[in-house]
Amino acid sequence: MATVAIAPVRLPRVSWQRIGPILLVLPLALYMLAFYLVPLASMLLRSLAEPSWTLDNYRRLAADSVFLEVFWTTLRTACVVTLGTILLGYPVALALSRLRRGAATMVLIVVLLPFWTSVLVRSYAWMVLLGRHGVINELLIGVGLIGAPLRLLNTSFAVHIAMIHILLPYMILPIASVLRQIDGALPRAAAGLGAPPWRVFLHVVLPLSLPGVAAGSLLVFVLSLGFYITPALVGGPRDLMLSMLIAQQVDLLNWPYAACLSAALLAVTLLLIAAFQRLPGMRDLLRTATR
Amino acid sequence: MDGTITLAVGRPTAGHGASVVLSNIEKRFDSVGAVRGVTLDIRSGEFLTLLGPSGSGKTTTLLMIAGFETPTVGDIAIDGNSVVALPPHRRNIGMVFQNYALFPHMTVAENIGFPLKQRGVDRATRARLVAESLELVRLPGYQSRYPRQLSGGQQQRVALARAIVFRPRLLLMDEPLGALDKQLRESLQLEMRRLHAELGITFIYVTHDQAEALTMSDRVAVMNEGLIAQIGTPEDLYDRPCDRFVASFIGESNFMQGVVRGLEDGMVVADCGDATVRAIGGRIATVGETVTLATRPERLGFADTPQCATRQNRMAGTIAETVFAGEHCRYLCHCAGGVSIVLKEPSSATVRRRVVGESVELAWSIADTVVV
Repeated sequence: MATVAIAPVRLPRVSWQRIGPILLVLPLALYMLAFYLVPLASMLLRSLAEPSWTLDNYRRLAADSVFLEVFWTTLRTACVVTLGTILLGYPVALALSRLRRGAATMVLIVVLLPFWTSVLVRSYAWMVLLGRHGVINELLIGVGLIGAPLRLLNTSFAVHIAMIHILLPYMILPIASVLRQIDGALPRAAAGLGAPPWRVFLHVVLPLSLPGVAAGSLLVFVLSLGFYITPALVGGPRDLMLSMLIAQQVDLLNWPYAACLSAALLAVTLLLIAAFQRLPGMRDLLRTATR
Repeated sequence: MDGTITLAVGRPTAGHGASVVLSNIEKRFDSVGAVRGVTLDIRSGEFLTLLGPSGSGKTTTLLMIAGFETPTVGDIAIDGNSVVALPPHRRNIGMVFQNYALFPHMTVAENIGFPLKQRGVDRATRARLVAESLELVRLPGYQSRYPRQLSGGQQQRVALARAIVFRPRLLLMDEPLGALDKQLRESLQLEMRRLHAELGITFIYVTHDQAEALTMSDRVAVMNEGLIAQIGTPEDLYDRPCDRFVASFIGESNFMQGVVRGLEDGMVVADCGDATVRAIGGRIATVGETVTLATRPERLGFADTPQCATRQNRMAGTIAETVFAGEHCRYLCHCAGGVSIVLKEPSSATVRRRVVGESVELAWSIADTVVV
């Protein structure tokens, strides 16, 4: 009798299960490569290679008083806006997490309403409100609180107030999401153990919501760093932000210097994100966000 | 030990528990009654369990005692003083939650020290009391761990330590062992009993696990549909369930329909099919009434065995099913009149196993039969 050898079934070398997800993200990956990574690389290259291979552009940056002042204004504005959104946004997020479903949806819609209007329109709206003959000045004069119109528009104050308004949802949503995830038994346990409501908040709810505050702060801060339209429209001459300086340099066809400024902006942003990921609790937050 | 803690926390503990009186409390959520009139007198130092299926109102009752829910009607008094108007943080009650509710951002020491901090206990005393209470729950040296570094059983011990460190005179527990596996649960049950004896404070324990309730409690209040169905010692509830719900919720019961033929010396004599069954205890029945008689499977035996010789209730039947379960053997018998009876016989090499189809006579004592 001859024995029959049965060859093992060969598995296909590529399994669709493994390659499927890759194919799904491939179009976006190619798009990002063509329209984001390639221009970014060419920009960075320009900052180094024009007029010839040199670090001169960066050396100039460090000594350029205009750049340093603009850089400082940008950081300061981002800080003020981040703080402002925390102060205004946290209570709203807290309310969102505690309201009944129906009421919470209403508040959420109000929070998201600004998203449905363009930044340009909202910035113009602030011009109408804050102008010399704007709604606020007219109202204050009408009531008799002031005699002459206040200078509200084209000030840092206007920039801060408009940017806080525009960026508020980016702070509220991450905080509310983290607050909602806090186990309801924890505040209860704290109260049962003798903590009055304000201490329950201070010792339990607030610390547990800090990852949300950090996530919201990162979003708002990074977005603030690159803000252009709003400070350009409602800010004064002294409120020059980095993005505006970059645009100016591009207008002057000073491409290498503009590229250099952009690289500086990018570096600050990346540093912030790296620092953010090292914060305790962030890893857990990212994990729950992708779950 | 009590003395030093009294000094530190500045409250009288004196090693005795609080008494709790619930006077006809009701709780309605959107007009649906979760608790529909509960009156309960919990003695100082007692281990009382609220036992019931989910939705029976046991947890709502507990939350009202803790102050997290306000009764719609009725009053709650602790040591004779009404607490209904007091917020939870001023009731000085220890509470253990089902999912432990440890603060994830605090260490074990900070968790246990939390109630002490709220009471203004200084750092050194706090450290000493935390160490003492960790000792009490058998987790010495775990101060600097975080909750996520502990197993479920360890977390539960920490939660327990946190609930007793400030020496409350009343400890509430909401299914604290529900998330643990069977073995751990059983060892922690014994630990709870030990703690109860050591601390001498009042425990109110909520569970849906009847075995847990019977093992640990001085008294058990069985709840059903927002009302207390029966309250009594574990023996009371097991041997003399007051109604069909209690009889089937606690342990296992055989139910037989019968017509009351007469009453003799406090015994109910009823006709169940062709058999005459006598019952003692249970509710009062009148002649001619149709009643349900209940008896426990392990209290039944086969009439041809010596230990059943004196048992007066008899019923003939046929073995329909046999299951060997190690420590006992379980038989399902079909009797006349369509009655199915389950019987549990302790297993032994000397006991003859019955086979399916065999004709048998079941026997059980009058004292093990109740009218429900």
